[in-house]
Formats: sequence, structure tokens, C-alpha cells
Amino acid sequence: MWCPGCGHGTILNSLIHAVEELQLNKNEIVMVSGIGCSARISGYVDFHSLHTIHGRALAFATGVKLSRPHLKVLVPMGDGDALAIGGNHFIHAARRNIDITAIVMNNRIYGMTGGQFSPLSGPGVKATTAPYKTIDSNFDVVELAKAAGASFVARSTAYHVKESTELLKKAILHKGFSVVEILSQCPTHYGRKNKEGDAVGMLELQKSNTAKLGSKALEENPGLTPRGIFVEKERPEYCEEYDKIIAQAMKERVS
Amino acid sequence: MIKNIRFIQGNEACVEGALYAGLDFFAGYPITPSTEIAERLSEYLPERGGKFIQMEDEIASMCAIIGASLTGKKVMTATSGPGFSLKQEAIGYACMAEIPCVIANVQRGGPSTGNPTHVSQGDINQARWGTHGDHSIIALTASNHQDVFRMTVDAFNMAETYRTPVMLLFDEVVGHMREKLVIPEEGELEIVDRLRTSVAKDVDYHPYLPREDGRLPMSDFGGEHRYNVTGLFHDMWGFPSNNPKIVNGLLRHLVDKIDNNVHAITRYKEHCLEGAEYILVSYGSSARSAIHLAQNRRNKGEKIGVLELQSIWPFPVEMVREKCAGAKAVLVVEMNMGQVLAQVKAAVDKPDRVFLANRIDGKLITPSDIKRLLRVIQGRGV
Repeated sequence: MWCPGCGHGTILNSLIHAVEELQLNKNEIVMVSGIGCSARISGYVDFHSLHTIHGRALAFATGVKLSRPHLKVLVPMGDGDALAIGGNHFIHAARRNIDITAIVMNNRIYGMTGGQFSPLSGPGVKATTAPYKTIDSNFDVVELAKAAGASFVARSTAYHVKESTELLKKAILHKGFSVVEILSQCPTHYGRKNKEGDAVGMLELQKSNTAKLGSKALEENPGLTPRGIFVEKERPEYCEEYDKIIAQAMKERVS
Repeated sequence: MIKNIRFIQGNEACVEGALYAGLDFFAGYPITPSTEIAERLSEYLPERGGKFIQMEDEIASMCAIIGASLTGKKVMTATSGPGFSLKQEAIGYACMAEIPCVIANVQRGGPSTGNPTHVSQGDINQARWGTHGDHSIIALTASNHQDVFRMTVDAFNMAETYRTPVMLLFDEVVGHMREKLVIPEEGELEIVDRLRTSVAKDVDYHPYLPREDGRLPMSDFGGEHRYNVTGLFHDMWGFPSNNPKIVNGLLRHLVDKIDNNVHAITRYKEHCLEGAEYILVSYGSSARSAIHLAQNRRNKGEKIGVLELQSIWPFPVEMVREKCAGAKAVLVVEMNMGQVLAQVKAAVDKPDRVFLANRIDGKLITPSDIKRLLRVIQGRGV
């Protein structure tokens, strides 16, 4: 049900390849999504899939993960799910470092409702609710995730399909809260209004406006959006820490 | 030979009932006057290998228990007025996706922040219609700790039986009051466990195809059957659909599975009701004052009785009509502006003989408050 040229299908492709290459058992994967274009992704996969309400996917996912920690929990979210209505759950899931993989499909627009600006649009953007251009600053997903305590943070784009797959594989294997921001294109609502052209034009921009961390291109053009792994560290994981609480509580009950 | 006697708060009686019923997972957020439920469960659940999580807000707590329920756990959250408002969207999701869960609402004065440390029964209608759209709901209540325990067990049993959220509408007085609770022995009360599908691995499982009896066997997330769960109208596989036939069928199923079982769900108690000329209909802590008054006046020969409601939704229309049929007048005793009064008036044959004895100032309604009104109705002066 995605529009022609939408980047979300490409991101789903990267994700499916990541799951396949990791040879994960489909019975042990739960995909939890919210509401919006991005959220429909859970209806297209052969996992346990939970299509929830707007912004709360991570809260539902926390319940799934804490009750069955052996499950792999994947949470693809759009701009609104992740950082507008769902912003609070995003930072708290990161703070807890619960072992969930959050995928932020950032297309800088609310597509399903017809092209309103999002907290990832940034200033100077035209949208149906910003006919005179936006004055709102945008969140930097990577910086926010880092500050909130996510123990794995990465960024790629829908153009960089194989790179996305590799980053998603690392994120899924990582023990703790992992965030992968993938820049996506919405030619229907963002591209047309903001003169970024069609899907091909927008993908070209994903290529030309970004550069790999540590690359010469980034060094020479610090204004480019960096791609790659920004954080990869070990930090106590929430479900494992809770298991210690259970062990302690059971011991104290017996003694 | 009763070993298990406690002298505890109503909120703690609710905790004991939940653990007896098999609670595995609790998510919550602190709010007066329900916080003791979360506090006690943070201690007791891990002792039993269960999970407790304090979420970042009320909404997240409701969402987390729905997620946990789908993995096969018995789940609960607890809250009060403002938190109950916040949870409503997710409660609607649990109605639509048919997720068993229990929501305890220890009522305080509202609207808004209202009267956090004082009693009210103002959330009766919110329990029924707080979330948007047509649906049906089960809400239980209790006036004493033994019944708080019992109704909590019943709430978990009904959540599993009907695959639905069940509300426990307690109030601040019952929640914070201390009195005796005798915890039943294991096996003394019936416990309904999750009905799981018998469909074998690799055989087509239809998560949303009701059996002949209307029940839908579940399969745990993480198990052999992978399926979709959504808050959209959905077909028997759980996939979104706006086919008018499917939308119509699902909505009717969601309402009928509860409304058609009103007799099985109905819970009530009679106090001095036989031959009563004046009937006090009440529930929760206000029922304690009504019962006190009725017993007191019975001793003096007055024919006053109490019909104590323990299930509010679905409203037991027929039962209330039958019990009130012979009464000269019915007095609904509650601490709101007449939320159950409207239901009783709609249920009985003579609605003009139904009156309200209420108190809405944060104080528990007293037997003398009720008596004053009763005297007016009886034509015995002001």
C-alpha cells in the first residue's frame, strides 16, 4: 500500500535480508509497529506482528520483550511514532537499554495523513500544515538516541540498501536498545512540495547529501549527514538486570 | 484452621486477589490513591518469578500489559482518575484486538486532578464509554476486602473467558481502609486459565475466528503460530479489512460476547432485601453506609433493604428490575451526580420512584446522609 517511489519498501527489503542472513527463527521474532505509512510494515512480514496505536509501539514492545526476553523484538517507526507522539517512549526505552531494535524510517513528513510536517522535517520545509514553510527545528535522531542512552546507534539511507542491511544485522545482534535511523523518501508529499523531484531525484540526494563516518568526503564536507555506527557499547540490559532482581527476591523469600 | 488471615488495605487485598488469580506481569505508574497496588507488586511479583515494570507514563503501562498478555501472561495495571483517562485509547485497542487484561481504577474525585486523596465514584460512565467507538466492557466493584479479593479473581477469570479488558472500579475509601482479609486456600476459588488453540503446528490457525460458543482460543506470541494483531477492523487472520460485512460482524461480536452473557457476568449481594419496601441500590464504599442503615432500621422494624451491585457493566438491567419490582421507592446511594441512578431509572418499571442519595464533596456518604433523604421520600418530614 506504499506509494510508487516510497523508500519504506526498500527499508523493508533491507530488514528482511538482515533477518534472512542472520538465519533467525521466525517464531522468535515479534515486529511491533504503530500508526502511519511506516507502521503498515508489520502486515507484510511473516513474523508475530503487532500493529498498535500511534506512538506507543515501543511501550507495547517493552511488554512483549520483558515478558519473553528470548524473543527478538523489532520496532519500525515513522517520524511521529518515534519522535512526536512517541518521543517519550523512545527516550525511556533507550534509558532502560532494553534489548529492542528500533528502526526510525525518517521521511521528514507525515505521509498517511497527507503531508504535514513532522519533528524531523526541520525549518524551511513546505507542508500542508506549513504553507509558509516550517519554523520548527528538527530532532537529530542519532544525537537524541545517544543522549538518551541507546547502546547502539546507526544511520543509513534507503539508497544505501546493503549498508542498511549490514547495520540492521548488527543492531539486531546487539544486546541492548539499538536505534537505526534510515532516511527514506516520500516523493508524494515531501518531494513534490519541496522541489526535491521524484523518487530517483530524492534517492540521488540521499547519496550526495550523506557520507560515511571517517570518510574523506565527510572530512572535506562536514555539512554532509554522516552515515555509519555512532555508538556501539556494552551497558547492562534491562531484562537481564530484572532477572537478577528475580533471583534476589526469590532468595530473600526463602531465607 | 484458617491460616491466612491478613489485616490490610483494600489495595493490598486487590494485590492478593491478583496473585491468587495467577498474575504474571504488571506495568504501572504511581498515582494516588492506587499506588500501593504497584508498590506491593514490585515486591511480590519477582518473588514468584513474575515481572513488574514502572513505565514512563500511564499510557505506556497500559500498552506494556497488552504486549505482555499476547505472550501468554496474565496481566494487570492499576491507576486512578487522570491515569484512567490517559489509558483509554489503549483500552479500546485491547477491546478491538481482544486482549485479556485487568485495569484497576481506585476512584478519586474528578474531573481533572480533582480531589486526589478523597473518595469519589465518578468514573462509572468513563469505565463504560471512556474509549471511543461502540464496544462493550466488563466492570466490577466491591465494598469490602473479602469482596475486593473475590472480584479481582473474577476480573482475571472474565478477562480470559471473554478475551477482553476488565475494569475493577474500587474507590479511595475501600482502597485505603484496613480490615480483615481471609485468603482462600489454593483451589478454593475457580481460576480460569488462558484458552489456547489446539491447532497443530503448520496447520492454518485463525486467531480471530470464534468457536461456536463465541470464544477465541489464543496462541502465544513466540509460539508456533505467527499472526497479525491490529487495532483496525480485521478478518479471521487478523489482517486489516474494511469490508462492510467483516466490519459489521466484528463489531457485533465484540458487543455480543459480553452483552449476551450479562447473566453469567452479573455479581450482586442482597442485604435485608426480603420484603423490603424501600430499597437502597449501592456499591463500593457507599454500600457500607447503606448496609449499616438498613440493618439498623430493620432492627427497629422498618422494611429497608440493600441491593449491592458488584458488577456495574454490563449493567444488570433484568436483575435490578426484578429485585426492585415490589419496592415503594428505590434510593440509589452513590458518590457522583447519579451515574448508576440513570441506569436504575432505565431498568425499573417506575422510574419516577427512583431517587438519588449522593455525596460529591470528597467525604464518604454516611448512614445519616441516606436516612435524611429516606425520611423525605417516606413522607416523614425533613
